[in-house]
Amino acid sequence: MKRKLFFALCIMTFGIFATACGSSNAKDTVYVYNWGEYLDPETLTMFEEETGIKVVYDEFETNEIMYPKIESGATAYDVVCPSDYMIAKMIDNNLLAEINWDNVPNAKANIGAQYFETSKEFDPENKYSVPYCFGTVGILYNKTMVSEPIDSWADLWDEQYKDNILMQDSVRDAFMVALKKNGYSMNSLNTSELEAAKNDLIEQKPLVQAYVIDQVRDKMIGNEAAIGVIYSGEAIYTQRENPDLEYVIPKEGTNVWIDSWVIPANCPNKENAEKFIDFMCRADIAMMNFEYITYSTPNDAARAMIEDEALRNSDIAFPDLSKYNALETFSYLGEEGDALYNDLWEEVKAN
Amino acid sequence: MLKNKKKWFAAPFLIWSVGFILIPLGMVFYYGLRDKSGAFTLENVLAIGTPERLKALWLSLLLSFIATIICLLLGYPLASILSKMSRNQHSMIVMIFILPMWMNFLLRTLAWQTLLEKTGVINNILTFLHLPALNIINTPYAIILGMVYNFLPFMVLPLYNSLTKIDPSVINAARDLGANGVQTFCKITLPLTVPGIISGITMVFVPALTTFVISSLLGGSKILLIGNIIEQQFTQASNWQLGSGLSIVLMIFIIINMIITSIFDKDGEGAVL
Amino acid sequence: MTKAIRRIYVALIFIFLYAPIATLIVLSFNASKTRAKWGGFTIKWYVELFQNRDIMEALYTTLLIAFLSAFIATIIGTLTCIGMNGMKKRSKAVLMGITNIPMLNADIVTGISLMLLFLSFGIRFGFGTILLSHITFNIPYVILSVMPRMRNINPHTYEAAMDLGASPVYAFFKVIFPDLLPGILSGFLMAFTMSLDDFIITHFTKGAGIDTLSTKIYTEVRKGIKPEMYALSTLIFVAVLLLLALVNRPVKEETK
Repeated sequence: MKRKLFFALCIMTFGIFATACGSSNAKDTVYVYNWGEYLDPETLTMFEEETGIKVVYDEFETNEIMYPKIESGATAYDVVCPSDYMIAKMIDNNLLAEINWDNVPNAKANIGAQYFETSKEFDPENKYSVPYCFGTVGILYNKTMVSEPIDSWADLWDEQYKDNILMQDSVRDAFMVALKKNGYSMNSLNTSELEAAKNDLIEQKPLVQAYVIDQVRDKMIGNEAAIGVIYSGEAIYTQRENPDLEYVIPKEGTNVWIDSWVIPANCPNKENAEKFIDFMCRADIAMMNFEYITYSTPNDAARAMIEDEALRNSDIAFPDLSKYNALETFSYLGEEGDALYNDLWEEVKAN
Repeated sequence: MLKNKKKWFAAPFLIWSVGFILIPLGMVFYYGLRDKSGAFTLENVLAIGTPERLKALWLSLLLSFIATIICLLLGYPLASILSKMSRNQHSMIVMIFILPMWMNFLLRTLAWQTLLEKTGVINNILTFLHLPALNIINTPYAIILGMVYNFLPFMVLPLYNSLTKIDPSVINAARDLGANGVQTFCKITLPLTVPGIISGITMVFVPALTTFVISSLLGGSKILLIGNIIEQQFTQASNWQLGSGLSIVLMIFIIINMIITSIFDKDGEGAVL
Repeated sequence: MTKAIRRIYVALIFIFLYAPIATLIVLSFNASKTRAKWGGFTIKWYVELFQNRDIMEALYTTLLIAFLSAFIATIIGTLTCIGMNGMKKRSKAVLMGITNIPMLNADIVTGISLMLLFLSFGIRFGFGTILLSHITFNIPYVILSVMPRMRNINPHTYEAAMDLGASPVYAFFKVIFPDLLPGILSGFLMAFTMSLDDFIITHFTKGAGIDTLSTKIYTEVRKGIKPEMYALSTLIFVAVLLLLALVNRPVKEETK
């Protein structure tokens, strides 16, 4: 009897192994890996109803968190939405599949040509990526809490705002601020420039209230801080909630970024991935997403549908980029460059 | 004969622990002691030696040490009061400490953000009472508070258990023999609760030493603990070799802790629950 | 210590333990979407909660994993205790040492080690990997709560039952099991709670498209927690509270 029990247990143990290994994807699903809260969940339901394809949806917080998951191949996604420099890195490491443009007619029809032009910086032949959102990085400040309008990255080093400054908690964004402040390129690999940026960040640290990613939104709405570094897409939302807030692109220039849909090379179901991307490029869907996440859409057809004129012509959502100088897009720095930035950032954070 | 057969009941666990405890730990050493090409190296372990990482390690040790002491000082009297309550309430008392865990750990810690912020609940109350504001959010103090808050139950439960195990007649005997309250405590109660104290300290110290969530939620990501550094190596820099190497360093501290525990807890009872 | 001081002390600690929970409950009635401001009283999040597919799925996964992992861990753990009882002191100590590893080791190291294991063996991350990990860290909690009960059992009663003609299994269930039951139950409950509350190990061992409440919340932290999450936590908390009140009401005299 005891022996039977023992065997039963062994069988159970191995049963669990089997279920762990045995899960496979059905033909009618699409695995999507996107930024947190980066589309209207309603659109997923619509996609499922219209196509009969089930969406398995997953979210990441930063490009750096997303990358190892794709690279290791432990989880196979069909569609991912990384940023510019990360797309370059993924192309470099042969992690992406070429998109068959015949299967995504909405992309070419609705998305402005200038965005494909900008995309060439990281996807030189427009082979791998479909622009989904774009924007700038700037400073959000509370008009009632600053003595004079903010217009420069250097204001983030102003002693009077001690403990009232929110910085971005990711390597490239933080270094972008410091490099731009000093008039350098944000893709710099020059050791003395980076050293200067690092020292600036260390010097700034006592003034910083917290390093945050998207929490900057809640904290600015709640009057927790006077100025914060923020993505333009969040600025529109925060202004709606707290009218005292103002968004500005600093005069030293900033990062113009694009997040695009890409298909990983190991995707289990490329056809579904393309269907999904095409669906996301439909004008009405892009418009729904824009209204929900308030990040600027490169979808010209969707922009034309926005009823609120102030929003359609908003300087924050659709800035006239020709007015600003020294705008740049992040480029992939190579493995050594990444390691260099990471080490310097660790020094800043641990100091 | 019976005894011989009986021990086979432990076989499933033995298999399980080899597969899911020992081999995985071996993997950490495998990755930690190798470089990207697969050659043996101590580089990843010695990487702890950079000033930033040593500082993070030192800070982790310091903060978790302070948190542990505070837990002990807060928890001992509490456990002692609780242990004098009726035995029937035993499960109720245990539940009071376990109940908060049903509210998610992250949410609970996040709630402290709402409480402690500059314009948060506590400061609103203080301002209302015309008291000076409390500015500890995003400082090491907030992290200590978060540690004490999250791990206090792990201190109180073992203490409570070892206190209830004391035979009241021993205490009475000491009293009858003329010992005063302080003497009874020092000579009888305290020595008898040493196993509880030790397991309480372990249960608080280890998670506090290695946390990365509390420090990033309540420290505003300004204060880097060793847990944060390791987590970043895995999830952001995707340098598993380095992350494993640093984990080995962490394990050394945990092993030291285990050795100390086993010295004091000779029966291998682990009076945790 | 006078009684009043004791009461105040206990009360203060309880305020400390339950203040964040009260905060969360209040936030669940906040009409504003952001936790940063109070937008008036509402119960709409409780309604929307049940329409939120993501949260409901995460809840289902969380409960299922908590139940399965606690259940399997309870069986393995209890068997282990019986087995250890029949062992020599030396091998018992070794096994107890192994038991202590997941308890005493840092969650982050346990999580990482399991992640490396699954990766090296090419096991696809998903429900299975989370379940395996949870069973692993749950077994010690069961062993540690059953073991003290085991030690109190008088082996002679079991032998007496056998002498009187009971089969070993019958004797076990009639004589030993009832004595172990409180330990087994509290071990199960402990394991269930630990699994429910775990974030760190799940964080490292979860795969695509699967979220427990913890990992869902962690993703949301960056953007601001969705108020539905507060509503759900409040519901869970109240449910457990009621359940406990119910269970604890008829206070039975426990035989020692």
